[in-house]
Amino acid sequence: MTEPTKDTKEFWRWEEYRRVCSDKSWDHKDVITAGVDVGSVGSKAAIMIDGQIYAWAVTRTGSNSPDSAKKVMNMVLKDTDLTQNDIKYTVGTGYGRVNVPMANKAITEIACHAKGANYIWGPSVRTILDVGGQDIKAIHCDQTGRVTSFLMNDKCAAGTGRGMEVFADLLKIPIEEIGKVSLSLDEEPEPVSCTCVAYAKTEAVGLLRKGWSREKVLAAYTRAMAVRMANLISRVGLEKELVVTGGQSKNMGIVSRIENILGVKTLPSPNWREGELDPMLAGAMGAALLGKALYVKAQGN
Amino acid sequence: MVTTVGIDMGIQTVKVVVLKDRQVVARAKGFSGFEPTKAAEEVFVQALDAAKVAREEVSLVLSTGSGMDMAPYSNGTVSMMGADARAGVFLIPTARTVVDVGAEEARAVKCDERGIMMDFVVNERCAAGAGTFIEAMARALEVKMEEMGPLSLKAERASPINASCVIFGESDVVSLIHRQESKPEIARAVFDAMADRISSMVHRLGINPDVALVGGVAKDVGFIASLKRKLGLEILVPEYPEFVGALGAALTATSRAKGASK
Repeated sequence: MTEPTKDTKEFWRWEEYRRVCSDKSWDHKDVITAGVDVGSVGSKAAIMIDGQIYAWAVTRTGSNSPDSAKKVMNMVLKDTDLTQNDIKYTVGTGYGRVNVPMANKAITEIACHAKGANYIWGPSVRTILDVGGQDIKAIHCDQTGRVTSFLMNDKCAAGTGRGMEVFADLLKIPIEEIGKVSLSLDEEPEPVSCTCVAYAKTEAVGLLRKGWSREKVLAAYTRAMAVRMANLISRVGLEKELVVTGGQSKNMGIVSRIENILGVKTLPSPNWREGELDPMLAGAMGAALLGKALYVKAQGN
Repeated sequence: MVTTVGIDMGIQTVKVVVLKDRQVVARAKGFSGFEPTKAAEEVFVQALDAAKVAREEVSLVLSTGSGMDMAPYSNGTVSMMGADARAGVFLIPTARTVVDVGAEEARAVKCDERGIMMDFVVNERCAAGAGTFIEAMARALEVKMEEMGPLSLKAERASPINASCVIFGESDVVSLIHRQESKPEIARAVFDAMADRISSMVHRLGINPDVALVGGVAKDVGFIASLKRKLGLEILVPEYPEFVGALGAALTATSRAKGASK
């Protein structure tokens, strides 16, 4: 695990880490596949052995997609007993999916997130909200994790991971704590009126000057974002079970407000800090799983 | 003789116009800052001084703009769309569509030959179609905001840019700089992206020529060129386009004052 940064000025910085399930043992290791999800903000990689997760890693996407793919692939291979040559098939996904040099195929992140959510939470998952660095997607899928419909809200930073980072920096609250902090008030304030991140800066400064606490400003903004996301889920057609993937799955301020607005419980996010599956890796895991299917098909089995 | 004042309380700047019988005798402008009312008071006094008009001589003061309720000395308000229509047609009598692009908002107003508003479309809550966008992109390009327009006119083509959001646009611009795309081409891409948004808004309303462009962004030659290309028709820009809202409020004040004195 990488050391968290000591620089307290970078409130947007989130933890980059890698994990290997070395406690599991594989007798055969027949099909080893990898999924590389080069997102607009984060790059993720997962290695699966016979459709079971073996290792995963998360890092920040740089200005060059191929370099980010190589970096996260090196991270995930480190501390495993594998090399690049052991991997039979690699699927690239995410914003930079066509720029993954080691990929045999590129698949959209929508298909990968659905497949990954199906793996993490099981076949009861029907609706997935994926909040990435630069877009928000509501996905509907069947019991096998196959996409049946989806809606996307792109081209606007409000509520996306990047938008939340800007807010964390503005309010000087670490990105990994904004969920908890946004829930620290006894009374929920009205959502802010404008959701544009560029304007939110002006609005937030105005509210702080009016005497609002940072917690209250954050709660009002998070509330507005949750309303936006709940609307997207309703439009795609909410069917249980609902899960949240992508970086914002770790923002409990968002997740719990969506639950309140929609009147449903999401399936709990696994305890990724304690070593359980990280919902931010759903896309990479789905990619590796789809890679396995493609590899097996190509072998004629 | 009727003397009236129009105050436009914009997000970024306050504009004041003083009219004597529908003739502009003074204009003044200042930054809104964090205390818009105080800022507006200063601009108001400045405008009256320039017009050599005492406060008692003013028959009516009307305010407009997003902060219209915070305007000092105001006797009433005029909607932004109404002010745009009235002053747009006053300045450019053939105009039937007035497009107003300000710091944080853009709108298109359809009007008749008397300057009465018939219909309108507003793009708010998104900075990508307004002046703030140019400001943010200028910062990313490390050029002055006023230089963006002239710079963009030197471009032969636009860089490929997905600039539909200020936050994402900034990182787009940074990666284009790293790819060593030229600054003029990036600047042109910024204006093209904005013009795309504004023109689709105008199309939603239905293009009704002539089209007049007003508001602070109407002073930007780069944006005018891009919008002209996108709409495929001439864009008429009045002198002092940023004072159109204030002028509309002052013109409305003149009509109301005359109506009351009859």
